[in-house]
Amino acid sequence: MINFEFIVNTLSLGSLYAMLALGLVIIYGILRLVNFAYGELVMIGGYTLYLLTGFTPLPWVAIALFAVLVSMFTSLGTELVAFRPVREKSLTAMLITSFAVSTLLQNGALLIISPRARAVRLPQIFSESVRIAGADVPWRNILTIVVSLVMLGLLSLLLRRTTLGIALRAAADNFRMTRMLGVPANTVISTAFAISGIMAGVVSIFWIGRSASVTPTIGLPPLLVAFVATVIGGMRSLVGAVVGGYVYAIIISLLGVFLPQTLLDFREAFMFGIVILILLFRPEGLIRSKTSVERIG
Amino acid sequence: MNRTFPARTLVQRNTTPILLAALLLFITIVAEMLGINLIVRIVTVMFTSLILVLGLQLFMGNSGILSFAHIGFMGIGAYASVLFSMTPQAKQLSIPSLYPLLVPIHLPFWAAVLMGALVAALVAAVVSYPLMRLSDAAAVITTFALLVIIHVILVHWDRITNGPRTLFGVDNYTDLWTSALVSMLAIFLVYFFKESRVGLRLRATRDDAYAAASIGINMVSMRWLAFTASAFLAGLGGGLWAHFITSFSPYAFYLTETFVILAMLVVGGPYSVSGAVVGTLVVTAVREGLRGIENYLNIAQVFPQGVYGFTEVVLSIALILILIYRPSGIMGSRELRWTGFGRMKNAPEEALQAAEDAKETSAKGTSAKETSAKGASHV
Repeated sequence: MINFEFIVNTLSLGSLYAMLALGLVIIYGILRLVNFAYGELVMIGGYTLYLLTGFTPLPWVAIALFAVLVSMFTSLGTELVAFRPVREKSLTAMLITSFAVSTLLQNGALLIISPRARAVRLPQIFSESVRIAGADVPWRNILTIVVSLVMLGLLSLLLRRTTLGIALRAAADNFRMTRMLGVPANTVISTAFAISGIMAGVVSIFWIGRSASVTPTIGLPPLLVAFVATVIGGMRSLVGAVVGGYVYAIIISLLGVFLPQTLLDFREAFMFGIVILILLFRPEGLIRSKTSVERIG
Repeated sequence: MNRTFPARTLVQRNTTPILLAALLLFITIVAEMLGINLIVRIVTVMFTSLILVLGLQLFMGNSGILSFAHIGFMGIGAYASVLFSMTPQAKQLSIPSLYPLLVPIHLPFWAAVLMGALVAALVAAVVSYPLMRLSDAAAVITTFALLVIIHVILVHWDRITNGPRTLFGVDNYTDLWTSALVSMLAIFLVYFFKESRVGLRLRATRDDAYAAASIGINMVSMRWLAFTASAFLAGLGGGLWAHFITSFSPYAFYLTETFVILAMLVVGGPYSVSGAVVGTLVVTAVREGLRGIENYLNIAQVFPQGVYGFTEVVLSIALILILIYRPSGIMGSRELRWTGFGRMKNAPEEALQAAEDAKETSAKGTSAKETSAKGASHV
């Protein structure tokens, strides 16, 4: 069962989950906000793909880029309109706001487009496979891995080499101190939301690439994945988010192989059980953030 | 003081729940007198929602922790009460794969609903104790995880819930007066909890966990008691709802319902019992109004593809606006009170209340800053 094909598939799933987790954790690190509206960004990306592939003759690469941009601007928009005004209030207010934003975006799609699933036309490459070492590997999965590596590389460059990136990391470690040193809070937070939106947008391409259709409620599964992956990896660390994404993919794939079907139905319950256990006994996750000694909770 | 009758002092001290119960009684009588089937239905469902909102207020308002698991306990209460109230014959039709052991159980309606609530409370009591030491984001994620787990179990445990399929054949026992009566009782329960020793201690941990610990308050136990009581109310609401709706599926107890209940509490004001009641009334009125518009547009076919989600869109925008401009809801931390009994006597109590209000408002304003300050002090 565990052959080359399995490894590539798991890796591609892991890359997807790592990007998802990164997008969630980059906001959490700075604002302590668990963004419930994050999954809806994936949905917005999906609907952009549907609208542009269905109604414009644009080439697919341009459409994909556009989807990422729309997802990014949606993320920025929610920050500007909803999260910024409640930021200074309380954590609970911010969490409920994110829940409300999630409901708003979901039902907005319901209202404007349709409650029914919409088929997304995918380019040829998404349904083709290539033979490597005696196994049929879908191009889609290879693409996922390559694109996510590029994204991780770019993000790492941004965070390590640019002033903005360094400010972002500083803010994640100690937001108050960073502000005292003259880093404008709004810029840092907007950047975090932009990165989060970009991640969700890139994920949406491959997420939709698997199902070839989009519904208003498609955002929930990626949100749940991001929750689990970030808790496994450690909610305060970006490296942790990436590790968490891959670990989650490995666990899920192995469970899929070894668990009998009757228990497989409860797979999600198991994963969230693990989440609760980790938060109780090892709240820092697998990767402990270097500067943070604060216990979550 | 000797001249006051004990009964009168009792009323004087507890004007809040009496006023709120009177308000519900008034609504019930008006609904009854109007006799319009649709309005009676709306009011009945509103009262079952009110029980849920009150339950959530009991935990969230006093502990300051956002809980997502609440609707999960509503689901447990609904399914458990149905298992107790259905006749064995009906069970064999509705849940063919039910464990044989559970088939012969058959209780009268009240006992069944109470058992459902007890099952929900029991599950909460067993599961939640270790979770109660978590605060902030970790607490929110764990309660969210709990909701997902309960949901997955309800959807897939077909030997109890008939799986993801709709459960038919529940008898209709809940009527307007049943749900009105129970929600009035719930008001008294939640109010007395808030004013009780446990409630007061819990509120102390909400305002300042360290100060509360220093005077010997066990935060985890207090939260645990509140969480269990809150799950009991959620189970009660779920049981009554199930015996009114009579056919439902596990998908009724997930994020959509969570959003509605949360919106009701937040709009009214999570820090007071009056807020829970006012929020439920206001959100129900707005929601039903919007639904009416939505239905009208659909029937008149103003838009060719139909209108879906309009109600939720408006509701979520309203919720965001409330959080921006009035984050402690319509009522804030105030309670509805009747002070017409002679102001002199009540003056000290009022002063106390005013002081508490001021403290609560300032505590809420600074809590975000406190969290970041806590992070800073450790580095």
